[in-house]
Amino acid sequence: MSVKYTLPARALHWLTALAIIAAFALGITTDNMEGFSMQKLKLINYHKWIGIAVLLLVALRLLWRLSHRPPELPANMASWEKQVAHLTHIVLYVLMFAVPLGGWLYSSAKGYPVVWLGLVQLPDLMAKNEDVAGLIKFGHKIGAWTLIGLALAHAAAALKHHFIQRDDVLKRML
Amino acid sequence: MRKTTLTLALLASAGLAHATPADPAKSSVKFVFTQMNVPVEGQFKKFAADVAFDNAKLDASKVSIAVDLAAADAGSSDANQAMQMKEWFNTSAFPKATFTATQFKSLGAGKFQAIGQFALKGKTANLTVPFTVKPDAAKGQWFEGSFPLSRLAWKVGEGEWSDVGAVADAVQVKFKLYVPK
Repeated sequence: MSVKYTLPARALHWLTALAIIAAFALGITTDNMEGFSMQKLKLINYHKWIGIAVLLLVALRLLWRLSHRPPELPANMASWEKQVAHLTHIVLYVLMFAVPLGGWLYSSAKGYPVVWLGLVQLPDLMAKNEDVAGLIKFGHKIGAWTLIGLALAHAAAALKHHFIQRDDVLKRML
Repeated sequence: MRKTTLTLALLASAGLAHATPADPAKSSVKFVFTQMNVPVEGQFKKFAADVAFDNAKLDASKVSIAVDLAAADAGSSDANQAMQMKEWFNTSAFPKATFTATQFKSLGAGKFQAIGQFALKGKTANLTVPFTVKPDAAKGQWFEGSFPLSRLAWKVGEGEWSDVGAVADAVQVKFKLYVPK
């Protein structure tokens, strides 16, 4: 009988994963849309709403994780493997905060407040500034691609544990 | 006696009819539109305002403003290009919006109403614009006001863009004009 992550931890993990994938797909889609259209306007707003949802989910996750110790990694893992796993998780957490915050900052810099779900107007993180907006967008993009790349590596590692090592690392999160 | 009064009034109005252009460096015409409940501020970067206003001679006062719609900044380059299109301002056919008022009402405490003709995108209709007037030390005048304008009444945003869920009907117009003496 393996020790699993707690149910809230598992639920939050998969919800964040879904939200990140959706936000990333919408981000790429709208970034490649030329001109201005109703469709683009809507998708950009959905992207922002989902991004803020990621921020809320990851804040909840972090609070939960700090108060609920995750199960130990398998004893047969080399210590460098454990260190790489921990480091990846830390960077993933940092990016899950930084990427949505960067998007919010970019929106503020462009002079568009974020109104979450069309209901809650969030405060602007900075005054409108077209000059730095481009730089913030670039950072937001790099961060998003890094996050997706690391998440893929994280998923590949989980699959390797499951199918090659045949340990319970993936099952702990299911 | 009556004739003298009339002549004086005419003289006074003749004196006022000399409209002074607003100082573009100190004046602004901004607007706030709401897309998907997100308030976005934009501004008209080019406009000309001629003002002959005396709160003691409202009958002889006159204001005319012409806004260059092609110089609208709606917050992003995409939106600025869209503004020029048929569905929005259709600037190639209607390059300017104008407001001309010759009727004024005092509401007290430095507050007034200008009642005039507003022309936008081929439609001219009556519009009442509230404003305040404050003189400064150099005897110039600051005119300031803010009022909601129905974009649909002037067909700004046609076709799919007439959806008020995506872009609200009311656009708040905020102006500040400085007219030197």
